[in-house]
Amino acid sequence: MTKEIDTADRKEKYKKVAYYPGCALEGSAQSYDKSTRAVGKKLGLELVEIKDWNCCGAMEVKNVDPEIQTYLSSRVMSLAKNESKQDVVMAPCNGCYHNLKKAEYDISNKEKSKAVVEKISGKAGHKAYESGEVETIHALDWIKFGYGEEELKRKIKGGLKGLKVANYYGCMYTRPRHIFPEKDQGGDSESTSKPHYMDDLLEIAGAENVEFPLKTACCGGAHTLSDSDMSTKLVLNILQAAEAAGAEVIATECPTCHSGLEMHQIRALKRLSKETNVKVIYFTQLLGMAMGISPRKVGLNANISDSMKFMKQKGIA
Amino acid sequence: MRAFAELEQYLDTPQAGLSAAERATGYLQAGEEILEQWIIAHGNDPAEGKKEGFRILALQRQGSKGDPSFNACRETCRELVFHYNLVQQKNADDNVGDILNMMELVAKHLVLFVGGKMQNAELGEFCCSSKSLRLSPDDINAVTGVNDA
Repeated sequence: MTKEIDTADRKEKYKKVAYYPGCALEGSAQSYDKSTRAVGKKLGLELVEIKDWNCCGAMEVKNVDPEIQTYLSSRVMSLAKNESKQDVVMAPCNGCYHNLKKAEYDISNKEKSKAVVEKISGKAGHKAYESGEVETIHALDWIKFGYGEEELKRKIKGGLKGLKVANYYGCMYTRPRHIFPEKDQGGDSESTSKPHYMDDLLEIAGAENVEFPLKTACCGGAHTLSDSDMSTKLVLNILQAAEAAGAEVIATECPTCHSGLEMHQIRALKRLSKETNVKVIYFTQLLGMAMGISPRKVGLNANISDSMKFMKQKGIA
Repeated sequence: MRAFAELEQYLDTPQAGLSAAERATGYLQAGEEILEQWIIAHGNDPAEGKKEGFRILALQRQGSKGDPSFNACRETCRELVFHYNLVQQKNADDNVGDILNMMELVAKHLVLFVGGKMQNAELGEFCCSSKSLRLSPDDINAVTGVNDA
């Protein structure tokens, strides 16, 4: 399969997708949900929200029994296929995206996982998900391939010009490698060691991406409650590295990372008297503003960190 | 081998009077010591060999055997090597201050990440996941058995 055919195929497939917002986008990451929908609307990409979707199993269920997490994620994919009648599920949250990919891998490769999914689906009274019935993608794939980079170049015309950005992907978007068989395939595929899809999109939008060595580093999300000071130090170090790289903004694509960066930026000032001024903004918010969508419509005012004044000074908001 | 607190303090302290190459070597060595701590804490002897010419990469691989979540620091170790190589390739009179400052922050991340993981010793197959309450150690290995190293 050539690169061209693959890209054209994806453009058609991603034009209309099942949307799985997940719990975070209904709560702490409402601005990510708002900006994702706004960007999709502006680009003419259609989202069909999965009716009666459930938690992906996130960390909490996985900690009790990973097979139950596999079932929960499989139910979301089953609903997308059998109720929403879609072949592609788009999950902007890295945790949901990761879990759906993991479930797909487990059902394909582990007899036990498949058996558990079939058993619980039967008890719950819905069709069990079968491997390969849907393709799970991230919001980055959706925009990059569903709309197309060339088309995006014509649409945006450098709206983020002069903005220095560190693109921060966090850990769940690329790890563990084996659940993302489509990555590291050369050509247009994403890299698990040096992801670049967000860099690509924001560069098209005119941003100046800085070299950021901690783009897949742990944000300390797992330690937030058990060891808040460790999380604060990890986040502070990431923020300092972004500033040392010359970034004015850290672009995010994971609600856990995003809230962690925002909250611990404040905590670092309070607890460690360490101030950083880099702004934390979802990539969909940046893309939306670059396309002329108002800051309120992409939820910039709903972020914890106040970047409205800064974006106005830069002439973007 | 220095303790975590010492390594953290070392990375917080300006390294005066050292050449760029010495500073870079110091940060790389700090990275190795952090990984040695992890490996020893798991009852193993740290490898003396090298992978792709660097001991830190061999140690990272050793540390992630049977614990795929440790791969979350693979790129950090590779970034340390990358910055080390950048410094070594520069001429003595080139300004490498920015590279060294970034290398210091990358090493700091490694200390904090590994230190955090060791404090939360029951982390499971993935960083943001503790070990499953209902599963036996054998079941956990079966579920998490794919090692990305």
